[in-house]
Amino acid sequence: RITAVMVIYSVWVVNKAGSLIYHSDHTLSDSTAGEMEKLYATHPIDLVFKPEGDRLLVQYGDKERNGMVLVGINDNAVVGRILSKTGQPALDFLSEPRNFPVRLRFARPRLTTNDRIMLGSMFHSLYAIATRLSPVSRSSGIEVLEAENFKMHCFQTLTGLKFLVLTSLRHTGCDSLLRKLYEIYSDYALKNPFYSLDMPIRCELFDEHLKKAVDQSEKASAYAVNQSIA
Amino acid sequence: PDKHLVGMTVYNLYVYDRNGTCLYYGEWKRTRPSHLSREEENKLMYGMMSSLKSFVVKISPTESKDKFVSYRTNSYKLNFYETATGVKFVLATDLNVGNPSARDILHKIYTQIYIECVVKNPLCPHGQPISSDLFKSKLDAFMRSLTIF
Repeated sequence: RITAVMVIYSVWVVNKAGSLIYHSDHTLSDSTAGEMEKLYATHPIDLVFKPEGDRLLVQYGDKERNGMVLVGINDNAVVGRILSKTGQPALDFLSEPRNFPVRLRFARPRLTTNDRIMLGSMFHSLYAIATRLSPVSRSSGIEVLEAENFKMHCFQTLTGLKFLVLTSLRHTGCDSLLRKLYEIYSDYALKNPFYSLDMPIRCELFDEHLKKAVDQSEKASAYAVNQSIA
Repeated sequence: PDKHLVGMTVYNLYVYDRNGTCLYYGEWKRTRPSHLSREEENKLMYGMMSSLKSFVVKISPTESKDKFVSYRTNSYKLNFYETATGVKFVLATDLNVGNPSARDILHKIYTQIYIECVVKNPLCPHGQPISSDLFKSKLDAFMRSLTIF
């Protein structure tokens, strides 16, 4: 049984100026897998929390949990900055010595839309720098970016539009998926008279067909792996 | 002799310390000359590696803290290896090099050449470009052994 080996995590589309015009999460990773729990026996805690937006981030005091969001206290979820069960602000709860020992749960913060826009434009620049730093002539930009637990495929069209797909490491067939996405973009975004070029894509048919294509690619990749194992 | 490691094309190698100082730059089969000065290109490469590391951590869809390993264009592959002390090795090769092989090569360069000739050399000052001839000749011999069929 193959579980979560062939996964497509998300699809991004970046226009020729580097702005994110489309994003879709296909699979959200299991968020409980990455939650880190720690028991704090006495008051006060060594951590400094920074309120950011409506969340509490660990700013200082624990190197491993730096930047993580406080999501739970003693089996109760923390929503925003408040304990969802009692409505009490989490920081107030943690400032009372009688509540200790206490178990705190942390998780990596979800990407906000602004985060994604920033990452899209960051990749746009890095893509171009790869050509500049090339030791051989006439190199393209980054086509595959590999990390320890995922990889990212990029296809740049002749007009400078980039399709990005984040997948698990062993996923195959991304090239054909990227070209299929370009086709879907041409058919359901470009040919849509209400869509303006380089603007965020909000076309229902584009969404539908994109999801179908991504599903198909995931299945095809899993099938290929099953065949090779069988 | 590691049979799976021979027969590849190695373009160039950059070595940086934890502060971003370029300790070494070596070229072998590079065909396109740089349009920037050596110093500018070294800095740009370091900046790009830093950005890629941070990019990977932020965009990672898995919950564990991820690390940048390599990237591929249509013409070359850039392999990255960072040690626990912050020494960074950046190696540009042809497209056929797999990640495990590249990691193996960079680890060998780190342990058998960098540590032996630079770290263990009391005359090699920290944080400065490597001037050791032994390092250069050993590295060169190692790179040439990789490109022989």
